[in-house]
Amino acid sequence: MNDLPSPPGCNVELAEKVLVGFLAEECHKVGFRKAVLGLSGGIDSALVVELAARALGSENVLAIAMPHQLSSPVSLTCAQESAEHAGVQLEVVDITPPADAAIADAELAEDNSDRGRLRKGNIMARIRMITLYDRSARDQALVLGTSNKTELLLGYGTIHGDMASAVNPIGDLYKSQVVALSKHLGVPDSILNRPPSADLWEGQTDEEELGYTYDALDAFLHGMVDRRYSKEELRQKGFADDFIQSVTHRVQINQYKRRPPIIAKLANRTINLDYRYARDWGA
Amino acid sequence: MDCLVALCQTRPALGDLSRNFESHQDWISRAKDASADLIIFPELSLTGYFLKDLVPEVALRLDDDRVQKIIAQSKDCSILFGLVEESDDHRYFNSAVFAEDGKILHVHRKVFLPDYGIFEEGRHFAAGEDIGTVKSKWGNFGILLCEDAWHAAAPWLHFLQGADALLIPSASPARGVDTDSPELSSQKSWHILNQSIAMFSQTWVLHCNRVGFEDGTSFWGGSSITSPFGQVEAEAEGQEEQLLLFKMTAGPLRRARIFSPLRRNAQPDLIRRHLARLLKDPDAMEQ
Repeated sequence: MNDLPSPPGCNVELAEKVLVGFLAEECHKVGFRKAVLGLSGGIDSALVVELAARALGSENVLAIAMPHQLSSPVSLTCAQESAEHAGVQLEVVDITPPADAAIADAELAEDNSDRGRLRKGNIMARIRMITLYDRSARDQALVLGTSNKTELLLGYGTIHGDMASAVNPIGDLYKSQVVALSKHLGVPDSILNRPPSADLWEGQTDEEELGYTYDALDAFLHGMVDRRYSKEELRQKGFADDFIQSVTHRVQINQYKRRPPIIAKLANRTINLDYRYARDWGA
Repeated sequence: MDCLVALCQTRPALGDLSRNFESHQDWISRAKDASADLIIFPELSLTGYFLKDLVPEVALRLDDDRVQKIIAQSKDCSILFGLVEESDDHRYFNSAVFAEDGKILHVHRKVFLPDYGIFEEGRHFAAGEDIGTVKSKWGNFGILLCEDAWHAAAPWLHFLQGADALLIPSASPARGVDTDSPELSSQKSWHILNQSIAMFSQTWVLHCNRVGFEDGTSFWGGSSITSPFGQVEAEAEGQEEQLLLFKMTAGPLRRARIFSPLRRNAQPDLIRRHLARLLKDPDAMEQ
């Protein structure tokens, strides 16, 4: 897979304008002045906090770092740097006690199999979600999502965990576009230069776990999803058959994470099927 | 012909008729304070755009008190505004009402309903069947609602009927930041479209697009006025509400048509014969 197409570009000025407008309007019209988000020390949440500070005013944004004792200490330093750059308040919540209690309860403490790691990772992601939604209710602040389009398409996230939010400004930006926009907004180099990681165990990186580089994934997904290239066209562009096969399969099997639960139809009008209203109805 | 046009680049509230009626009063007052002769609102300005199942709930009959109130305000200033129109037989149309001298002069029911991608109009609305011009005291106007403008025959029919200006209310979603272009790809397409339509039909093109967000989709604004030569003469900013004023004059119409007498050479009868032939020959049309 040499000479693959470039990942998608991004008009950063326009993207900033639209996304700042999006956060201001979608938060304000449902009656919220404040927002809360988790700051992992990675680039996605660093971008969202920059956008939120511009849209809502930095005094109206609460960032929460939620390290576990197994998290890399660099993550917390980067989260602090990111909050400082955006000028927002940072609350640090150690999730080790509740996460470890849940992990012990599930008898996973000693389990380092792939399945065990996945379950522990999901538990941590959901403890963080509980923390964010609690602060949301405490401060009347909307929870901002920090999942990008690449990870949403690949299903590389925990449903009801890090994927949970009220509004997500970056869900239509591929990882490479997140990087471009982050640079434009002055996200600190220490964060820009970190290899993306879910930070669930030491030395974990996204690209190693996904098996491909973000550049290749973004170029492919952008071609398939946004440009509607056929498989044959993608092959001609240099993507290998097994890559096309495995990434396409991964996108498909994770569709469930991107949709609300399926409701069994009995009535004439079933919620979301033929009872269809925008969420902004009357807002 | 010479008149002061006011394009109202508004931010309608989704499904909130009361709030939108109130804001129409404000915009009309502002435009009248600026001495506007012709006020244009975006598509579905009274209801918002992504209505889904709200369509029958926000639909209005033309004899509705609130609709009549806006019409009454057209005594000293012509007004084009958008709504969901309910017909006597309970069909729902995406309509634009042209009011002048306190009465309805014309209702354009959107003909080409987009039903692809993020659009669902084909699911909820009945399609209009008329592409006639409005004989306003300010000129002969063709109304095209958003997608109508993308079907080349629609502005061409207005052109054949001698339109001086094409009034295009729209709710065009902002899309496309993945190129090197300084504009959104949807905005760039509309620039090319407006300028092309103006040149093909040698008319003024008054494009009034809305702003605001509905369920995360933004509308890019950028309302504009393009001359019969295809030059953008005035343009609103993106994203923000704005009242765009422009003095539309007859001079450029006359000069553009002297430079290239497209209407004289349009040969509508030749087109009719070819169309009739194509309609009889399914293979040629690939129907």
